[in-house]
Amino acid sequence: MSPIVSFRDVHKSFGAVPVLKGLSFEVQKGEVVALIGRSGSGKSTALRCVDRLETVDKGEIIVCGHRVSDPKIELRKLRQDVGIVFQSYNLFPHLTVEQNITLAPRWVKKADKASARALAQEVLAQVGLSEKIDAYPEQLSGGQQQRVAIARSLAMRPQVMLFDEVTSALDPQLTEEVLKVIEELARQGMTMLLVTHEMAFAARIADRVIFMHEGLIHETGSRDILRNPNTPELKSFVGVGL
Amino acid sequence: MDYSFDFSFLWDYWPMLADGLWLTIQLSLMATVAGFLLGIACAVASTSRSRILRGLVGLYVELIRNTPLLVQLFVVYFGLASLGLKFSATTSAVIGLTINIGAYSSEIIRAGIESIHKGQIEAGDCLALSRWQVVAAIVLPTAIEKVYPALASQYVLLMLGTSIASQISAEEMTAAASRIQSDTFRPFEVFLVIAALYLLLSFGMRGLFWAVGQFAFVRRRKLGTTL
Repeated sequence: MSPIVSFRDVHKSFGAVPVLKGLSFEVQKGEVVALIGRSGSGKSTALRCVDRLETVDKGEIIVCGHRVSDPKIELRKLRQDVGIVFQSYNLFPHLTVEQNITLAPRWVKKADKASARALAQEVLAQVGLSEKIDAYPEQLSGGQQQRVAIARSLAMRPQVMLFDEVTSALDPQLTEEVLKVIEELARQGMTMLLVTHEMAFAARIADRVIFMHEGLIHETGSRDILRNPNTPELKSFVGVGL
Repeated sequence: MDYSFDFSFLWDYWPMLADGLWLTIQLSLMATVAGFLLGIACAVASTSRSRILRGLVGLYVELIRNTPLLVQLFVVYFGLASLGLKFSATTSAVIGLTINIGAYSSEIIRAGIESIHKGQIEAGDCLALSRWQVVAAIVLPTAIEKVYPALASQYVLLMLGTSIASQISAEEMTAAASRIQSDTFRPFEVFLVIAALYLLLSFGMRGLFWAVGQFAFVRRRKLGTTL
């Protein structure tokens, strides 16, 4: 079976600064892959390229059968297959939790009001926030907002979920409630690519870990490499992290 | 200083004042609604990727904001007439006021749009919403809620500015007052009464905007917080 995400020799620069220098990797269906590395190693840029929030200079990216590196790609089709959750939640402040979740199903997939509400209830139950359906984002804690953001993505029934440092703005307790939700998704077989600084979490749920360094994969393998790193760079990196 | 006030004659002219008042209200409401819509269109166009569109909107906004309203009304009323486009004074006033307030609305709404965090738009894009859906569901509602107080003030100013339409013979309240004082030679009383009526209109408009805001911004009504 073809992989859900495939990068082949991907290059990307911001101005004169090269960020990705020929990145290649694949994510198979049902796999949980953690992208780790220092700030500036290119991991977030790589993740954003998957959903074409950044365009690449060279190389090929294929996601769920869509040729993302093709300038003529139908973006809205790609984005129906890909869910992404950001560090800053990005909930729409003027809409209730239900409206945040049902906006895209209703406007993009033309779901009727009743089935959209049922969908909102379903995904909110998945993230453990059923009772917050009528709340506004500002009435929620950071952890709850991030869980709603996850629910909002899930409501589009994506084939792969991307997480971009989703707990970096949260304190340890709120981080834990968000990680539990992600862990549960992993258990249900969701394909996921996560950029994270939570090494313990990566060591717990990742099927595979990719350690990026200076725009390239420096070391990759099962989650065990976090405990037994081979390269001195990963050794010093996890030495701080674990 | 032995001026003795006498307002009694105003009773005879009340119908004229009432007609003027009614036209002032009509001009204000029509120009507010049309100018608001024009302002939204221009504000969205000013964030467009098309350089031509952005240039055209910039030209329009700067032309209007840097010339007097009176001159703009003259251009519409007399200028277009010499091109064969003849409108009544009232229609010309509505057109001129709309063009004028549209430019100010556009600038205010554009400021609101620019204050929106980029992540909001990115989140909308990533949910597979189209560009127009993002604008309609996310960008405009939040932008307008943020700048609503500034817009409301601008529309109250517009209402006061409708008095200038008297100069192109639109029979609004100030024009009616001018007529009455030239009949009665009692300008002090007439214009004091007119001033009081404008004051009441201003308060009325602010109340109206408050009510519209309560209706339009559900979250603010429920939580009482600003975005």
